[in-house]
Amino acid sequence: MQTPEEYELSRRGVLVGGAASVATVALVPAVAAGAATAPAATPTTKVSFKVNGADRELDLDTRVSLLDALREHLHLTGTKKGCDHGQCGACTVIVDGRRINSCLTLAVMHDGENITTIEGLGTPDRMHAMQDAFVEHDGYQCGYCTPGQICSAVAVLDEIRAGVPSHVTADLTAAPTVTAAELRERMSGNICRCGAYSNIIDAITGVAGAKA
Amino acid sequence: MKFDTPATTNPIDQMKVVGKPTNRIEGPLKTTGTATYAYEHHDVAANQAYGYVVGAAIAKGRIASMNLADAQAAPGVIAIVTADNAGKLDKGNFNTAKLLGGPAIDHYHQAIALVVAESFEQARAAASLVRVEYSRSKGSYDLAAALDTAITPPTVFGTAADTSVGDFATAFAATPVQLDARYTTPDHTHAMMEPHASIAAWDGDRLTLWTSNQMIAWSVGDMAKTLGIAKENIRLVSPYIGGGFGGKLFVRTDAVLAALGARAAGRPVKVALPRPLMINNTTHRPATIQRIRIGAAADGKITAIGHESWSGDLPGGGPETAVAQTRLLYAGANRMTAMRLAVLDLPEGNAMRAPGEAPGLMALEIAMDEMAEKLGMDPVAFRVLNDTQVDPEKPERPFSQRRLNECLQTGAEKFGWSKRGKPGATRDGRWLVGMGVAAAFRNNLNAKSAARVRLDKSGTVTVETDMTDIGTGSYTIIAQTAAEMMGVPLDKVVVRLGDSSFPVSAGSGGQWGANSSTAGVYAACAKLRDAVVQRLGLASDAVFADGKVKAGKRSFALGEAAAGGELVAEDMMEYGDLAEKFQQSTFGAHFVEVGVDAMTGEIRVRRMLAVCAAGRILNPKAARSQVIGAMTMGAGSALMEELAVDKRFGFFVNHDLAGYEVPVHADIPHQDVIFLEESDPTTSPMKAKGVGELGICGVAAAVANAVHNATGVRVRNYPVTLDKLLDKLPDSV
Repeated sequence: MQTPEEYELSRRGVLVGGAASVATVALVPAVAAGAATAPAATPTTKVSFKVNGADRELDLDTRVSLLDALREHLHLTGTKKGCDHGQCGACTVIVDGRRINSCLTLAVMHDGENITTIEGLGTPDRMHAMQDAFVEHDGYQCGYCTPGQICSAVAVLDEIRAGVPSHVTADLTAAPTVTAAELRERMSGNICRCGAYSNIIDAITGVAGAKA
Repeated sequence: MKFDTPATTNPIDQMKVVGKPTNRIEGPLKTTGTATYAYEHHDVAANQAYGYVVGAAIAKGRIASMNLADAQAAPGVIAIVTADNAGKLDKGNFNTAKLLGGPAIDHYHQAIALVVAESFEQARAAASLVRVEYSRSKGSYDLAAALDTAITPPTVFGTAADTSVGDFATAFAATPVQLDARYTTPDHTHAMMEPHASIAAWDGDRLTLWTSNQMIAWSVGDMAKTLGIAKENIRLVSPYIGGGFGGKLFVRTDAVLAALGARAAGRPVKVALPRPLMINNTTHRPATIQRIRIGAAADGKITAIGHESWSGDLPGGGPETAVAQTRLLYAGANRMTAMRLAVLDLPEGNAMRAPGEAPGLMALEIAMDEMAEKLGMDPVAFRVLNDTQVDPEKPERPFSQRRLNECLQTGAEKFGWSKRGKPGATRDGRWLVGMGVAAAFRNNLNAKSAARVRLDKSGTVTVETDMTDIGTGSYTIIAQTAAEMMGVPLDKVVVRLGDSSFPVSAGSGGQWGANSSTAGVYAACAKLRDAVVQRLGLASDAVFADGKVKAGKRSFALGEAAAGGELVAEDMMEYGDLAEKFQQSTFGAHFVEVGVDAMTGEIRVRRMLAVCAAGRILNPKAARSQVIGAMTMGAGSALMEELAVDKRFGFFVNHDLAGYEVPVHADIPHQDVIFLEESDPTTSPMKAKGVGELGICGVAAAVANAVHNATGVRVRNYPVTLDKLLDKLPDSV
């Protein structure tokens, strides 16, 4: 027999159960009572940056992530939204030479910066060496994580060339080298659920070898 | 075309294009970000608005009240869809729970509203202003606690819940060497990289849906049923799918709510499920509790084998068919299997890559390892000894081909299996090293599949079928099939997939897609060849090769047949009873080496090898990728994947990619795959079978067995994590 107490959410119960149990919808009436009247309009801010070499100027809701600015406002949909909170790497782009998760940063924070997306690395007719290598080694299956993997891979080789150490670099005073272990460590922020990892490492190794 | 007698020699046997490790033809699009996925079709419908889904915050009960006032007043909001205003909705044939809940709630994060606004940010913000009060009711969330209430489910996919051959109980009791063990597998989630997403646009009473879906025709049917409109008024378009693994076999809430949102807003609406909503909102692979009993004579011959499995699902759902492979995999005169189903009020259980076999073999192949150990036999030799060339439940029915032993023996040789030591006996620095083996087994399934092929005067062949490519390589193997049949190079073939205006295919699921969809293309191409020969006035034995058609001394460029207008042929491949006369299955053997840190119990996979016998391999490059991908997912289910159930509030706690861990680069070593050369004339003119699900079958057990070999610790409850090893590790020297 059901007793009301048994199913009443207590503050402690929520904490024990994990905040996730109430994260999406307010269960507690106090929250509803505290809701303010919604503002009448959405403020926007102008932002200018270079995307794949071209100057772009946007007037954006300040909440727009760099990822959504690219996908929804510039229609550069090569950059993918896999999780929208920095857990999967599908949205990886290169900003001023460094790879970042474009979902974890607001577009308006990048005024004046230089952004390279998968579309900027190469096109089907003029593919970047890394894109070519992914095709040759079948370093993808469904293709959804692929642009992020490729942007990450290009930046990883630059990081190693620049001497940036990783968690698995044994000797922090020596220049890191392109080994499978270094690549696996550095690429681990890019999830591929199809499981093309073994082929992706072969593709990156191939490109690194060709450049060396 | 009907396939009812085994294939003889046909144009595919030339293997000029088919069977070659061709790069994927859509590769340049996927690697440059120019392949367009469901949420990305900006140019197909103007003025798209954004929908954001609100999920239920209770697992079971009712919505007591819903206050939309704040949300409606928020900037940019155009419409809010709820069960109150959506009109009458039915439930799809393939859905267990409704895709729009309310007032009754069937599971946590069941969709209860869609907020449509001018922008994504506005829709998301407004969605957080929807005020809901719930009345909770008691639910059942704990499989182990619900075992006593589990019932015998009705027949699943033509297979009864229980089977029995001989006298299992008596035979088992009489065997000198026995195993009776209990195993558990947790709930798993597909976690495909592309969230479920749809764009819906209405033109009068006609709906077009750009979506991410594995089974176009099923989903047209279920959209029609759900919305109560004619199938003819729905078009589904799904050219690229960012992974599915069974999670996109069916219409989900993104599709239904996009359609309802677009109707309410009077303009196109796009909806993607937020990642943290996906795991509880959509389907998952249900947890199982399994009991396996094996009895053998002292020489290792199995005389009794029994496998029981318990799983749970929402009312109206089905069991995880974890005993299915045990009916066919090993010999033994006395056998029993049984499945039981409990009602659980967790999100809907359904198919995930190798449903049934994946969790079933996770248990069975540990049991085989344990049994070999009890018998003092090598686990490869024990499996080889208990091979069967006939269906053990119906000995008059042979396997069409079965080379499991060759897979095991080839793998053992290539992997260096003879170097495997006794449990806990092999050290490499701080690592305890072990090797494990498991058999892989999954049935081949054929499904009827149609295609249309067009020939133009340039000699270009265009294939159209509603088949989908979820990363499996459909585009490429279909192009290879058409190229082989029509005697043209690959670059003269255009493949168009995933559109419900094309002929209905087998779709992608159950590893039936490759053989079935290419067989459909074979049938259509055979018809096109007839049309070409007729148009050119050639004898029917004309040869199609090198872009030409030749008969006797006459030779034409293929395109000449279409000089007076495009030639179009459409056909469907259907199947007779060969799959009943012969048990058609795919086989493999997985070999894994792990290192276990002697101090911390940390487990690292060091080497993986799969040997597969799965009929003709249409494209060894894409097929290998299917297998290594499945091995990766198998390593995940062995070592990390587990949906944690909150048994009080009834939901999966770790509902994102940080909490639900899947393998990353650092978890996976170089992987090797060997395909035994094979072609099976009983499956289709392609003589192929599937590999996409075979690849995951047995992997997890091979990892678990390797951990046992490394440490001497037997873990029967997945995932095999270090906490289950720590207090049992050998004393460190």
